[in-house]
Amino acid sequence: MAQGKRPLSPHLQVYRWGAAMAVSILHRATGSALAVGTIILTWWLVAMATGHEYFNMVQECLGSPVGRLVLFGITIALMQHLASGIRHLFMDAGKLYDLKANTGSAKFTFVFTIVMTLVIWVAAYKVMGRL
Amino acid sequence: MADFKTPLAKVRGLGSAKDGTHHWWLQRVTAVANIPLVIFMVVSFVGNAGKDHAAWVAWLKQPLVSVIVILFIANTVYHMRLGLQVLVEDYVHGGTKVASMLAISFTCVLIASLAIFSVLRIAFGG
Repeated sequence: MAQGKRPLSPHLQVYRWGAAMAVSILHRATGSALAVGTIILTWWLVAMATGHEYFNMVQECLGSPVGRLVLFGITIALMQHLASGIRHLFMDAGKLYDLKANTGSAKFTFVFTIVMTLVIWVAAYKVMGRL
Repeated sequence: MADFKTPLAKVRGLGSAKDGTHHWWLQRVTAVANIPLVIFMVVSFVGNAGKDHAAWVAWLKQPLVSVIVILFIANTVYHMRLGLQVLVEDYVHGGTKVASMLAISFTCVLIASLAIFSVLRIAFGG
C-alpha cells in the first residue's frame, strides 16, 4: 500500500468535546504560547541590562493596549498550563483516573485559570495605584 | 510472539530510542521545579508593577533574586525545549523535523544565554 493511502485513525473532529480533551489540547496550546512569553521575558531582561532608555521603550510597548492584551493572554496561558500541569502530575501518580474526578479536575483547571488571572491583574493594577 | 530482546536490554529498559524514560522524567522534574519558581516570578511582577528602570534594576540586583531568576530561566527554557520537542515529534515529519529540532535547540540556547547574561550583567554591573 502506498504511503499516503493507508487508512488513518479518525482525528480530532470525530470526537465529542469533553473537559478532559479540552484541557489536554489546551496544555499543548498554552505551552506553545508560553514559549512566546519566554521570548518576551528575555527581551525585557536584555532591555533592562541595555539601559533605561531602551527599557522604557520596551515597557511602553508592553504597557500599550496591544502589549497588555498579549501579557493578559500569557497570564491566562501560564495559569492554565500550571493548573493542568499539576493535574498531569497527579495523573502520573495514578490519581484522577475515575471519570468523575478526571472531568471534575479538568473543569477545575478552568476555574483556577479564570480566578487566578483576574486576581493577578487586579492586584497588579492595585499596586500601580490605578484601581 | 517471539521475544528477541536480550535480558540485558530488558533490564536497562532503554527502548528503541536508547533513551528510556529520561525525557519524560526530566519533563516532570522541571515541571515540579517550575511551580515555586513561577509563583516567585508572578508575585514579583505583580509586586513591582509599574516601577521604573532603577527600581527594577535594584530588585534584580538582590543576590537571592538574581539567582532565582537565573534558575527560573534555565529551568523554564529546558522544560520548553523538552515540550517543543514533543510537538515536533508528533506533528513534523521528514527532513523538516530535523531542521525544526535544530532551530528549537539553537533558539533555546540563545534565549537562555541572552537572559542569563543580562541578569548577570545587572547583578555585577554598576
